[in-house]
Amino acid sequence: MAKIVIDEERCKGCELCIPACPKNIIVMSEYFNKKGYHPVKQIKPEECTGCAFCAITCPDVAIEVFK
Amino acid sequence: MKKVFGSPKSLTKVPFTYCPGCHHGIAHRLIAEVLDEFGVREKTVGVCPVGCSVFAYVFFDCDMICAAHGRAPAVATGMKRAKPDSIIFTYQGDGDLASIGTAEIVHTANRGENITVIFINNAIYGMTGGQMAPTTLIGQVTQTSPYGRDPKTMGYPIKVAEMLSTLKGVAYISRVALSKPAYILKAKKAIRKAFQSQIEGKGFSLVEILSTCPTNWGLSPIEANKWLEENMIPYYPLGEFKTPEEVS
Amino acid sequence: MGEKMLMKGNEAIGEAAIRAGCRFYFGYPITPQSELTAYMAKKLLKMKDAAFVQAESEIAAISMVYGAAATGARAMTSSSGPGISLKQEGISYLACAELPCVIVNIQRGGPGLGSIQPGQADYFQATKGGGHGDYHLIVLAPSSVQELVDLTMDAFDLADKYTNPAMILGDGLIGQMMEAVEFKERKKIDLPDKEGWILTGCKGREKKYIVPFNLDPYEMEKINLKIQEKYKKIIEKEIRYEAINLDNADLIVVAYGTVARIVKTVIDNAKKEGINIGLIRPITLFPFPEKIIAETSEKINKVLVVEMSYGQMLEDVKLAANGKAEINFYGRAGGVVPTQFEILTEIKKYLT
Repeated sequence: MAKIVIDEERCKGCELCIPACPKNIIVMSEYFNKKGYHPVKQIKPEECTGCAFCAITCPDVAIEVFK
Repeated sequence: MKKVFGSPKSLTKVPFTYCPGCHHGIAHRLIAEVLDEFGVREKTVGVCPVGCSVFAYVFFDCDMICAAHGRAPAVATGMKRAKPDSIIFTYQGDGDLASIGTAEIVHTANRGENITVIFINNAIYGMTGGQMAPTTLIGQVTQTSPYGRDPKTMGYPIKVAEMLSTLKGVAYISRVALSKPAYILKAKKAIRKAFQSQIEGKGFSLVEILSTCPTNWGLSPIEANKWLEENMIPYYPLGEFKTPEEVS
Repeated sequence: MGEKMLMKGNEAIGEAAIRAGCRFYFGYPITPQSELTAYMAKKLLKMKDAAFVQAESEIAAISMVYGAAATGARAMTSSSGPGISLKQEGISYLACAELPCVIVNIQRGGPGLGSIQPGQADYFQATKGGGHGDYHLIVLAPSSVQELVDLTMDAFDLADKYTNPAMILGDGLIGQMMEAVEFKERKKIDLPDKEGWILTGCKGREKKYIVPFNLDPYEMEKINLKIQEKYKKIIEKEIRYEAINLDNADLIVVAYGTVARIVKTVIDNAKKEGINIGLIRPITLFPFPEKIIAETSEKINKVLVVEMSYGQMLEDVKLAANGKAEINFYGRAGGVVPTQFEILTEIKKYLT
């Protein structure tokens, strides 16, 4: 059991976490946050292993990982 | 479930104001994690440079001071000499450290000042809008090398880690990158070693971090990571150039 | 009574600084002040909780002072004209960050590399800011080795009192001269607590920072207004000058430092010829003793400003007199010291 929590207001939609995810379960959202960026979102949360690669790669410390 | 990854204590809650995909945020976080792990946040003073990361004082949750452009190692020298028990780090870009502050970094390293330098090499001037840096690659187009950097008139990119590792006073020097998770984990280890070297009083430590500047490179953050790996790493090889064991 | 010693000016500054609690010196050799750098090396390298660093440059030295001052330590650097020019970057930062420190300028002939003999042509640089932006240093101008000692100690207190860099503006003559000096017992004075701003780690408190900038112009203006308010207080409270023979003087000389000392001899010699000369010697160049100059010049109406420059303090004297007196000037520069004879001859020109 693992999950990530994305702080959508901190996310700048840089997309660096997307290729970092070995499960390919992070994608861009189609909506905007208050800053005007598309934040990323997780799909298929049940596949998340909590490897934290997304969080390690995030330049905005916008992802928390729980295990 | 337990939180296994989150924002380190040594960072404030203020969101970074850097551009999307800029590696400053990763570098900041790694330093903050290391300060947390060593438990030294409360006796640390960070010296921020002039450049994009002049705002680092907002993001680190430890005492911070802003130096004049290039002078961070001299300011750090003054602080460390006056308070040898404190942990002092500078955070400097390539214009700050390798151009206007060349004298300061060389002599601070040569004196073996017991401080830690985090050197962000992104091969360009960020804050002023994308001019040539001393570390700009041959042929790289910037605002002030609009036809590509020509070594005949603009010189060659400076290899700071190699250059400084020739100095006797230096305890630890390594070059790392932040373009993929494996590199980031290695970067963290290098930063840990650098601070450890200071904590153990071994002398000057520096970590050169190859970073991207997607905005001024004119690339998306993902393309910028690719560009870094294809262009910067071949010229600026990663690895340790000096470790404390070598200090006699 | 304190201890009496025969000392060279430059070394006396060093001894005074150490007695004032300065334990951190960062400098770069330059004539005619190198004895001070050497003295600090000799003493501080043997002291505990002290540091002497021969910096790679004047630019680095002043930044080291900035770092040490930010921890609350009493720190000092020294140089002469060309080196002081290089320090201006750091001095502007210190002034903006409101960090106390002492900077010594043992002036030599300028401009450029100039000469190594005494000069007073760094007056503008010292009193009008010197670097970029609106700021002032507290500038003290000694005219004897004893005064070098006393003013150096005062400079540390004034710097701490106003959290502002202070400058000792001497010259090669005073720096190189040997005289008997007394290190007097000093009264303890109350100085503001530094705890509120020093950076030594955030144990048990919120983090603090020292950043001499703000990209919001209104916030940057506030920083400016705050230091301007401080300068007003300094002007109100810290003006010092020496006044000699002002009553019934035929002419008033305004001079500082070495030149004022020469003028004192001129006054004695002139007396023998029946000429009555007065002297106003500013001891603080910033704050400048405007009032006494305004009052005296209006009364006596004949003023001669003598400097080892081509008329720098002259401008402040003219501003003080505000058109109410005839202000004349005599200056030698480039390392040339005006003689008593030259000054007296000049005085006589305005008395016929």
